[in-house]
Amino acid sequence: MRYLPKSPADREAMLKAIGARSIDDLFAPIPAEYRLNRDLRVPRQMAESEIVDWFRERSRENADGYANFLGAGAYYHYRPVIIDSLISRGEFLTAYTPYQPEISQGTLQSIFEFQTMISELTGMEVANASVYDGSTAAAEGTMMAARLTGRHSVAIARSVHPEYREVLATYAHHQGMALATVSFADNARLDLSELEKSITADTACVLIQSPNFFGTIEDVAAIAEIAHKRGAMLVVSIAEAVSLGIVEPPRQADIIAMEAQSFGVPLGFGGPYCGVIATREQYVRQMPGRLVGQTTDRNGKRGFVLTLATREQHIRREKATSNICTNQALIALMANIFMTIYGKVGLRELAKQNLAKAAYAAKQFGKHAKVLFSGAPRFNEFVVQTGEDPHEINDRLLKKKIVGGLPLKKFYPELGNAALWCCTEMTTRAAIDSAVKSVAKGDRAAKSAKESADLQEVVR
Amino acid sequence: MKHTPSKATTHVNQNEGLIFEKSSAGKAAWRLPPLDVPEVDTAELLGSSERKDLGNMPEVSEIEIIRHFTRLSTWNYAIDLGMYPLGSCTMKYNPRVNEVVSRLDGLANGHPYQPEKVSQGALRILQTLSECLVEITGMDAITLQPAAGAHGELTGLLMVRAYHQSKGAPRKKILIPDSAHGTNPATAAMVGYAVENLKSNARGMVDVAALASQMNEEVAALMLTNPNTLGVFEQEIHKIADIMHAKGGLLYMDGANMNALVGKVRPGDFGVDLMHLNLHKTFSTPHGGGGPGSGPVAVKKMLEPFLPTPVLITKPDGALGFEYKRPQSVGRVRAFYGNFGMFVRALAYTMANGPDGLRQTTEDAVLNANYIRNGLEGVYDLPYSTPTMHEVVFSDKLQAKKGVKTMDIAKRLIDYGFHPYTTAFPLIVPGALMIEPTESESKEEMDLFIDAMKSIAEEVEDDPQMVLAAPHTTRVSRLDETAAARKPVLRWKPVL
Repeated sequence: MRYLPKSPADREAMLKAIGARSIDDLFAPIPAEYRLNRDLRVPRQMAESEIVDWFRERSRENADGYANFLGAGAYYHYRPVIIDSLISRGEFLTAYTPYQPEISQGTLQSIFEFQTMISELTGMEVANASVYDGSTAAAEGTMMAARLTGRHSVAIARSVHPEYREVLATYAHHQGMALATVSFADNARLDLSELEKSITADTACVLIQSPNFFGTIEDVAAIAEIAHKRGAMLVVSIAEAVSLGIVEPPRQADIIAMEAQSFGVPLGFGGPYCGVIATREQYVRQMPGRLVGQTTDRNGKRGFVLTLATREQHIRREKATSNICTNQALIALMANIFMTIYGKVGLRELAKQNLAKAAYAAKQFGKHAKVLFSGAPRFNEFVVQTGEDPHEINDRLLKKKIVGGLPLKKFYPELGNAALWCCTEMTTRAAIDSAVKSVAKGDRAAKSAKESADLQEVVR
Repeated sequence: MKHTPSKATTHVNQNEGLIFEKSSAGKAAWRLPPLDVPEVDTAELLGSSERKDLGNMPEVSEIEIIRHFTRLSTWNYAIDLGMYPLGSCTMKYNPRVNEVVSRLDGLANGHPYQPEKVSQGALRILQTLSECLVEITGMDAITLQPAAGAHGELTGLLMVRAYHQSKGAPRKKILIPDSAHGTNPATAAMVGYAVENLKSNARGMVDVAALASQMNEEVAALMLTNPNTLGVFEQEIHKIADIMHAKGGLLYMDGANMNALVGKVRPGDFGVDLMHLNLHKTFSTPHGGGGPGSGPVAVKKMLEPFLPTPVLITKPDGALGFEYKRPQSVGRVRAFYGNFGMFVRALAYTMANGPDGLRQTTEDAVLNANYIRNGLEGVYDLPYSTPTMHEVVFSDKLQAKKGVKTMDIAKRLIDYGFHPYTTAFPLIVPGALMIEPTESESKEEMDLFIDAMKSIAEEVEDDPQMVLAAPHTTRVSRLDETAAARKPVLRWKPVL
């Protein structure tokens, strides 16, 4: 086995040193009746070249080289090449959690920079080192609000990512947290009058997403005012991190639970991604997940350590703020490098391109179909309602190597034949025009079918 | 210093400030292509939602970024540099072919919502890995959705709860041995269970008589790590399972130490009802400085209806797809399907090994730990003489007489060119030194480690002050963690 650094002679010598006759002696503690006396039924040992070939085949079966209009919590942005050059350095890739700070300063300082940049971008005072993803971050964020307020229910916007809501439902169920869902208004923004009615004296927090699942930017200030007036916190989920380049961050929030996948993390069929929680300094002791802090060594030199560990499971056990241990460190490093590359000016320009592409596409689609929710600002996603079932449109597009928008019937049946489309800086005008043409074709076919039906009606 | 470490030599490494300290207006490491659609008026589109300023975000060039992170990287220890004997963490070699295949375009750029008919490659990877893991654990079904070990525990206990609920009541308690990882009790609390501690016996194993007396109809499950955190295989595992099952309880196994078992024995065969695996431990996916992990949960048939949604299925036409309608499911624990990139790596690892390689890997991991145990017995106190598998736990009892504790020995080990072992865990061993070499170490590397540990033991006798002041060769000396926690500085701020 090519990963194992021992010769048969080494093994012999080691067994002899231990005083064992054979390797079986070392497995004697396992009762004989349970030992496996056959080979595992897994693929045979393969050469590296065979492994690469097998996965290349799988890659080809997986929409390799298709243009893509899907967003909905997973965004296709360009990944500058130096991200992979740097995270592939063994000193980052093959290091453990930095519990021994003297030989982990590289990881620790980079996390400190990550926490700083996330704080800057979200308008919060502190951010943690990462949690699993945006969905679990949102769940952890609401549980944090419950601990801080001593209240037990959550008002959650229906325009929060449906899968994030499912995850919250799973987590909340056994925490005794009741969930009240708040609808969206005609412009896709949260229905504020319904929100007013949904908040009770036991509401720990209001959870919204902005830009929300439909790409619409919420009126965070108005929502915060309603929540705060009633003693509830505001937790804001951000699924599309690039929006922070051009959209005012939800500064009025108490807790921000975001997904940083857009910052240089590959789509990777859904993971690994990078959840982050940011908040105000006064709430930090109820924050879940690891935190890096600055300190000094015995000679007064600046250095970084994992800190406030008394919140965490390895110290507090059943009284910890969360059970989280392993987080998403290497993915946070990707995001960190991405944020460093684009920085103060580039991130805004990048976000602006996203805005322009989506605005162009929405305008083009609008000529042949109904673009919903035009009454409020949006970032890089929009909802298109068609006469035709969006699955049929998408089937036509697949033949052109285009993956169309996400049909919404499964999550929002009331929207009918609607789909959520996303454009990023990677979406070309040619792909947009091609997709619009396919929608138009269905639109024309539907119209002419209707016309001929009307005509027959007249004839009859 | 009397001893000169033969594994490592100090050499110059670069100083580097925070990236913000290098920033100045007008520098850039990015360039966007020309916009192929009309420019937009951002004020018109966004109104008051428009952001005007990105605060203190840096402005730096590409070469500065390369140097910045490369310099930082040289301040880290890594498996790629040498032995990383953290007990219970399984710091094994992270094969590079895993990194290559996970970056293939169709896999790295696959969108989780792309239609199933153009996702068959990804689904086939999920299926093949699932089959391998079910076979390796001896279980019947699996979910790959949990994002890490602790998340797997959460998923597992949710299923335990749903299972008992389906029988009438969720029950109230989870039994957890005093040697368990902190994630076990923290998870039980998250699922709304009370935690009841289970004492270990003099041999470092579950006290079966105590278990029998503590087990009753209020107990939902026992969370057991096997081999436990002392590296000891629970020899009476069949009795443990019988006691749990007789009163309708479930046996949950924390698979953190699965590296001691793969290909030699299957938890499903010794009475485990459900368990999680840590792909970032046993299956070689990189730790990356603290994640990402992946914590699949494998279960016996009777727990299958409770698996999180969606579940991978083969459709009537032979295509792979997801099933979302599962009425008894605990629900979803994460958006999408889990840390897919880790599945690719874990499967590549399994394929590189095959059945023979997996078995040899386990044998070498156990051989290595016993070689170290043998080499250091007598030099360090061994609190439990029970045979151990893939790791060994010593204590600092002998050295503590000179005022030197496990953390001090660990810090001195850094000067010898090694990453420390795990300190002060498990909690049942005061002053623990928990050592897990994994299969990835050669005899030469372990001989150097044993020599280093012996040498430090001598230093403790001759010059304890020198050990207490260690490390002596790192770019920072011991850091003031108390000050860091008392007045937390969690982000950089510009000097005004």
